[in-house]
Amino acid sequence: MVERSEIVDTMAGLALFADLTRAQVEGVSHTFEEQWFADGERILRQGLGGSALYVILEGEAAVHIDGQRRAGLSRGDFFGEISVLLGDPPSADVVAVGSVRCAVLAGPDVETFLLTYPRVMYRMLQAAARRLRQANQWRS
Amino acid sequence: MAELTPPFPPGRYPIVIVGSGPGGLQLSTSLTARNIAHAVLSQDEAPGGMFRRFPLFQRLITWSKRHSPVGAGTRSYEWYDWNTLLADNPARRALLPEFMDGTSIFPTRAEMERSLVTFAERSEVRVRYGCRWEGIRRGEDGFALETSDGEYSCRVAVFAVGMAEPWKPAIPGIDAVPHYVDTLPVREYANKRVFIIGKRNSAFELADALHPWARQIVLASPRPAVISLYSRSASASVRARYVVPYEDYLLGGGTLALDASIDRIERLGEIWRVHTTGTTTPGSLTFDADAVIAATGFTTPLGTLRALGLKTFSRDRIPSLTPFWESVTVPGIYFGGAISTGAVGLRKYGLSSLSGSVSGFRHNMRVLAEHLARTAFQAALPRRVLSPTQVVPYLMAEVGSAPELWNQRAYLARAVSVGEDGRIVDEGILPLQFFLDSSGPDGVAITVETDDRGEHRSGVYVRHRGVVTERVLPAGPLLTFDTPDHRAQLYDLLKPLLPSGAL
Repeated sequence: MVERSEIVDTMAGLALFADLTRAQVEGVSHTFEEQWFADGERILRQGLGGSALYVILEGEAAVHIDGQRRAGLSRGDFFGEISVLLGDPPSADVVAVGSVRCAVLAGPDVETFLLTYPRVMYRMLQAAARRLRQANQWRS
Repeated sequence: MAELTPPFPPGRYPIVIVGSGPGGLQLSTSLTARNIAHAVLSQDEAPGGMFRRFPLFQRLITWSKRHSPVGAGTRSYEWYDWNTLLADNPARRALLPEFMDGTSIFPTRAEMERSLVTFAERSEVRVRYGCRWEGIRRGEDGFALETSDGEYSCRVAVFAVGMAEPWKPAIPGIDAVPHYVDTLPVREYANKRVFIIGKRNSAFELADALHPWARQIVLASPRPAVISLYSRSASASVRARYVVPYEDYLLGGGTLALDASIDRIERLGEIWRVHTTGTTTPGSLTFDADAVIAATGFTTPLGTLRALGLKTFSRDRIPSLTPFWESVTVPGIYFGGAISTGAVGLRKYGLSSLSGSVSGFRHNMRVLAEHLARTAFQAALPRRVLSPTQVVPYLMAEVGSAPELWNQRAYLARAVSVGEDGRIVDEGILPLQFFLDSSGPDGVAITVETDDRGEHRSGVYVRHRGVVTERVLPAGPLLTFDTPDHRAQLYDLLKPLLPSGAL
């Protein structure tokens, strides 16, 4: 049987990986694990150590803190990076809203991955800056 | 092995298991031990599944140690013997080391096959051999399975058919490339340049076998090799058994292990030309080789299951499963053996379960038998009641030596519940994910885990008033947990659940 390169196409279409060559995206698609989550399933668990970086390939998810919905996430969004970078357990649950497909990079692999692909790190910084600006605007 | 009158003629059965490899045998014997009626069908002529042919170079990568710190045939011993199936009867345990000749802790394929045949005989596992599963559709109260012997209907179907179908990625020209399963005898590669597509165990198994023969070996795939010596995980893509070619690469001995995507493969007369592009190191490289082998893995033979709406992942190769190994999209369809890897679990610190190998899935199948017995067939199975003073020593003993917890780290857990009336019940071995995500009474689940520094430790998950908190207990250099300090820490964690004076 011959596989489809559908996951490479999907990842190549996301802003996070937009600066990578096709070969690099293929390498990235083998470095991440693909995972489906059923409706209502927890993807990220508040307070639980050893988590990962998640990128949504299909579907939507909700951010819950202490059971309260705080935000929504959709295709191309990533989460879990703060917990991985700081080495602390996540401060929120992320729960699948409908069926969600993610690319998952294990926490211990994130540093090597970002240093190997600095353009992805730059894109991630941009997204973090946007989130910070949004949070500051919301506060003011 | 086949009975004169084959068992399980076409008809209706509560559960139908497809497959007579280690997964099917383990589930069948575990269901029988719980008095759950079922049929087992297999297209093969004898038990053993993939071990009737693989691994290609005839030795496994997982240990079975005849001599160990604990007594052979005990439950703790199963941690030292990863390849024998599990039996409640001590006389049927520790089978594989009986057949090993002492030259290695890694059994040969023939020894593994013999142990599976012996297990089936001694455990009296009945199988309808030579019965090929051909299709499935929804039927009244369950499913209808079409087979070469006729039609079976059942409420629950379990497919333990192995990840047995050779699989190749979509690369122009790869159709003409032999797959791992079509590798020739090693002498055929004498003084040849061999290009192996892949850098997982099967690729390094080939490299190891061809190393004394080939003029040069190049291994290439997009992802860097993950070596168990570095990751401290048995689920790494390359186990220590096959590190010699990798060391050769590191020392510049001639073998190459490259991170590159394979763009296309050409056949130019007697030679192959392989065009690649680097992934971790950019740049194009072209290789001429006398032989190319695709060590690109296997896929699950899902057949018409897809038509029922089965959701898959990992490039459409593995069904996506619940923590109890049931399809997330087709309730009533379960998967056994190596396919149970479709229930991914938490992958804490990136460590996968060992569900893809006998060492892990044998435990999964016993948990599945218990789960099916309780939920699908409402069997009244006894559960042990603990006194408050027993809880801490019991959990410490489990984390110190339970093979389920050591084989399936941060995946399977020992769980104990505490009812509102204070009754303390051993809930058995459960998937950790199930414990974390299900509501239930107060309780505790305990695991063995390995963190990002490679330190082995115990995860303690306390559920109190619906909220689960996580704590870890480090093992220390001797990998022991049963110290006064560990007991004191665990007791402290369990204070909200247990009456005072329980230590």
